[in-house]
Amino acid sequence: MSDFTFTIDGVEVPAKRGQTILEAADAAGIYIPRLCWAKDLAPGGHCRVCTVLVNGRPQSACTHPAGPGMVVDHDTAELRAWRKNIVEMLFVEGNHYCMFCEKSGNCELQALGYRMGMTTPKYPYMFPQRTVDATHPDVMVDHNRCIACGRCVRASRDLDGKNVFQFVQRGHHVRVAVNADGGLGRTNLSAADQAAQLCPVGAILIKRVGYAVPVGRRLYDVKPIGSEIEAKRAPAPSGK
Amino acid sequence: MAKPKVATASLAGCFGCHMSILDIDERILKLAELVEFHKSPINDIKKFSERCLVGLIEGGCANDENVHVLQDFRKNCDVLISLGDCATMGGLPAMRNHVPLEECLAEAYLNGPTVHNPTKQIPNDPEIPLLLNKVYPLHEVVKIDLHLPGCPPPADAIWEVLVALLNNKPIDLKYGLLRYD
Ligand code: SF4
Ligand code: SF4
Ligand code: FES
Repeated sequence: MSDFTFTIDGVEVPAKRGQTILEAADAAGIYIPRLCWAKDLAPGGHCRVCTVLVNGRPQSACTHPAGPGMVVDHDTAELRAWRKNIVEMLFVEGNHYCMFCEKSGNCELQALGYRMGMTTPKYPYMFPQRTVDATHPDVMVDHNRCIACGRCVRASRDLDGKNVFQFVQRGHHVRVAVNADGGLGRTNLSAADQAAQLCPVGAILIKRVGYAVPVGRRLYDVKPIGSEIEAKRAPAPSGK
Repeated sequence: MAKPKVATASLAGCFGCHMSILDIDERILKLAELVEFHKSPINDIKKFSERCLVGLIEGGCANDENVHVLQDFRKNCDVLISLGDCATMGGLPAMRNHVPLEECLAEAYLNGPTVHNPTKQIPNDPEIPLLLNKVYPLHEVVKIDLHLPGCPPPADAIWEVLVALLNNKPIDLKYGLLRYD
C-alpha cells in the first residue's frame, strides 16, 4: 500500500513514507541511472549520476525522500546531458582500459556509458598516476579504476562491521585507502565480505575468477543496465 | 557518378581494427560496389590524390609521423572517424603515459631484463619517427567527426556506420555494437 503519490515526468508514482525518490521510481519501473547507490547500503549521495529536478531544483534521487505531490523531472535532455557529463568525467579522471579489464561486461560505469551512448568522453584524458594493491591473497584493489563511489567504505562499515576501507584526502584528490599500513593484505578483509563484492567497477576484484564468464553472457552484453527495473513498468493503459 | 572514396590508416594501433573492417565478410563485396578504397594499407595507395568522403583511422598518436598522417587525413576527408579504443582513448599504447618517456626508453633499450645493447645507444636516427611525450587520442590532435570505440569495434558496427554515412542516414547503433572492449 502506498501512502501518497508524486509525479516523475508527469507520471503518477505511488510511494511510502520514508522511501527515496529512487526507491519509489524503481518500484514503479522507472530507471534513474545511479552508480554509488547499491541495494542494502545506506545511500551515499556521492556520484550525482542520479540527479533529478525536484520541484525545479537538482537533487540526488538516491538520498532525497519522496514527498506527496512532489514534481520530479527525470528523463529530460538537460538531465541526460548532466548525467552523461558525470560519466564522461569519471572515465577521463581514472585509467579505464576496458579492453583488458576483468570487470568489462559486468561493470556499471561501462554499462552507463553504453546506455547513454557515450562513444568517447568529450573531456581530455588525465592519465593519472595510480597504484595497485595486490597484497591480499584473494582480493586486489586497482586504484586506476576507482570512481570513489564509497560502496566499499559503507559496505565494510555497515554490512561487514570491519571498517577496512576509508576515504582519505579531499575534493579531486579523494581516494580510497585501507585501514592498515602494509596494504589490503594486512586487513581482516575476506573475499566473501560485501565490501569485496559490491564495487561497481573493476577497482576491487576477487582474484582468480576473472574472465570466467564468456563475452556474450556477461551482465550487460545483451541488455542495457536498468532493463530489469524497466521491465517492471506496467504497460500504459490502452487508449492513452 | 564516381563512387565515394574511403581512406584508412593505422597509427599507433595493432591492425586489429583493420581486421575488423575485413570481418564484414561477404559484405566487403557490397562495400566495394558502393565505395572505392583510396589511400589505405589494404591497397597500399600511399598518397591522397582525390578528396575522400570517409577516413577511418585506427590507433592513437604516439609519434610525429602519426600526427602528420592524421593531419593529412583531416585535410583530405569529409568525415573523419576514430576507429577503435586506441584512436578514441589511446588504448594499450597509452599505458606508457603513466611513465615518463625517458624512463620508457631506458627500460626498452638499456635496463630491460632481455635487452642486449652493448653500445648503450637509444635509437635516434632522423629516419625514425620522434616519439611524442604521451600517446594522444585522435580528437585531442585534430577534429574528429565520429567515434567508434571497441577493441576492435565489431564488424557490424563498422558496417552500420559506413552504410548510414553513404546513405546520408542518422547513425543508430543497436545495443551491443557500442562497446569499449
Ligand atoms: S572498471 Fe569498468 S569502465 Fe573501468 S576499465 Fe574496467 S570495465 Fe572499463
Ligand atoms: S574501490 Fe570500488 S567500491 Fe570502493 S570507492 Fe572505489 S569504485 Fe567504489
Ligand atoms: S546514486 Fe545517487 S548520488 Fe550516486
